[in-house]
Amino acid sequence: MSILVNSDTKVLVQGITGKEGSFHATQCLEYGTKIVAGVTPGKGGQKWEDKIPVFDTVADAVEKQGADAALIFVPPAFAADAICEAVDAGVAVIVCISEGIPARDEARVAAFMKGKPSRLIGPNCPGIITPDQCKMGIMPGYIHKPGRVGVISRSGTLTYEAVWQLTESGLGETTCIGIGGDPVPGTSHVEALRLFNADPETEGVVLIGEIGGTSEEEAADYIKAEMKKPVVAFIAGQTAPPGRRMGHAGAIIAGGKGTAAEKMAALTEAGATVVKSPVEIGDAMIRALG
Amino acid sequence: MKVHEYQAKEILGRFGVAVPRGKVAFTPTEAREVASELGGKVVVKAQIHAGGRGKGTFTDGFQGGVKLAQSVDEATDYAKKMLGNTLVTHQTGPEGKEVQKVYITEISDIAKEYYLGIVLDRAAKKNVIMSSTEGGVEIEKVAAETPEKILKTWVDPLMGIQPYQARRIAFGLGFTGTAFKEAVKLVMGLYQAHEATDASLTEINPLVLTPDGHVVALDAKMNFDDSALGKYPDLVEMRDLTEEDPLEVEASKFDLNYIRLDGNIGCMVNGAGLAMATMDVIKLEGGEPANFLDVGGSATTERVKNAFRILLSDKNVKAVLINIFGGIVRCDVIAEGVIAAAKEIGISLPVVVRLQGTNVDRGRQLLKESGLEFSVANNLQEAAQQAVSALG
Repeated sequence: MSILVNSDTKVLVQGITGKEGSFHATQCLEYGTKIVAGVTPGKGGQKWEDKIPVFDTVADAVEKQGADAALIFVPPAFAADAICEAVDAGVAVIVCISEGIPARDEARVAAFMKGKPSRLIGPNCPGIITPDQCKMGIMPGYIHKPGRVGVISRSGTLTYEAVWQLTESGLGETTCIGIGGDPVPGTSHVEALRLFNADPETEGVVLIGEIGGTSEEEAADYIKAEMKKPVVAFIAGQTAPPGRRMGHAGAIIAGGKGTAAEKMAALTEAGATVVKSPVEIGDAMIRALG
Repeated sequence: MKVHEYQAKEILGRFGVAVPRGKVAFTPTEAREVASELGGKVVVKAQIHAGGRGKGTFTDGFQGGVKLAQSVDEATDYAKKMLGNTLVTHQTGPEGKEVQKVYITEISDIAKEYYLGIVLDRAAKKNVIMSSTEGGVEIEKVAAETPEKILKTWVDPLMGIQPYQARRIAFGLGFTGTAFKEAVKLVMGLYQAHEATDASLTEINPLVLTPDGHVVALDAKMNFDDSALGKYPDLVEMRDLTEEDPLEVEASKFDLNYIRLDGNIGCMVNGAGLAMATMDVIKLEGGEPANFLDVGGSATTERVKNAFRILLSDKNVKAVLINIFGGIVRCDVIAEGVIAAAKEIGISLPVVVRLQGTNVDRGRQLLKESGLEFSVANNLQEAAQQAVSALG
């Protein structure tokens, strides 16, 4: 088992003919992801790399190819539109990699999606991967190994760091989900925790957070109330100065709120194992799983 | 991106927000002209991005970055004392900020002060308008001590602000009569300005009721979403580079995410989360990071070279830690980039490199054989320890 994506997931790639989209679609195909369609308005009827049919609209790709997941690589100014198009076409899982989408667009997308069945992962994220089954994103596939631990993270390379430790230790991963570094993510820590909590194969969860917002505090409330599995958490930005945006649009301590210390305290209080250094994530999970 | 008070008021004015008449002045002569246009009795306000100007002190001992002048001569004199002088407030740090312009406005008499602010409520995924009868003090202080004095109004992102919401706020602040009507108009305008510029923060503190019953924005602050600036060339023109760290400005030209800090271990990392985590580990090992620097996923020779140059321009840097997780980009390619950049720049400081990921063995081999004095660490903790001990 796994969450959200598996070997049956039929993926369409929005922006497949662009430089980024084309490069990463190739990588995903090589990993074994079932990419069934590409979407580039105006290029409908063509074949990408002589193998994947390209459509003008997401609705066409869904109707003709039965796609049920969308991977988005369009420039940030057009990304909100691309997400809404996928939502409107009834795509179940939408992964948006694009970085630099205005927060106002993200809030409008969130309001538009309310009550609709689609789930958005990201934006500004590495994507989601179920090892050896489906890679929808830009993460290096080979560092992952099928296994016992779910991973949720706001970061990219820091996630790879944690995954690497899980793989090296032999624990492996069920699914790794990058929720992204923006202020209004489509999927929160809590929603991802809930999915892993319900997945019979996931035995423990690594939760990676960072400064800014209250997503980790909300996760702590959920862990305390409902989580049945051990959680190992790391929060990046313990040394970050207040008021400065640390790379990610969402990584900022504003008005004295959103510090690493607050998040670490909340998660510890909720019963999670909070490590001070990312180096300790793998070992802490080995101990937590006994 | 941040702008000055006079710029924020210019933007808000366009949306019907009532602001005192005023103009910016770059020289005492200009200040004199503006003060006489406004009738002599004016406020002279130092224009720096940092808050706490009124209670600030200039490095030559002159008190206060906001002064009431009773005559044109007095206003000119204040402008002379502020311009070119360095103002220290609780937000500037001890080094202060040089004042390069002053904003001269008419005096508004104050019967009562209020607070109005708009920010994104990330948990609710919509903007929240905060209003309070506790004006003139920092809203964080009010939120901590008397949260019941803050009225919060959430705005649907698809509907935008509705008049009933503006009325709720105006009633909540206790306005009546003409002042009520003016307050409703001001709140509507304020929100529209916030939306129309993709602002991340819009704040009026204080909003004032004058003794003759008018509602005016006495101070104003606006910050904008960097991700949306491409839509607003007129806002980009308002950027004041002298308010930013010169190295950060330089880094932004090369699309590098660089933030200068106080320590002495320079860091170069791919990925923002990993860059923060690297700073954290340096601190855990007893060192102090000199900067945050995300070279991005690709970490090409060109990017690494620029990153090296910027990082080394900080004279506090005594050792460098490079932490790269090679994913799609292979470690051997990154190692080649680091070697080429180091050779070209000619680095004399100790450099610790930690590589992990794709082709890591080949990458480490290349670093060892490069003839350059790299310390190659096996993991992040070891890298931080080596960097700290390299400081001697």
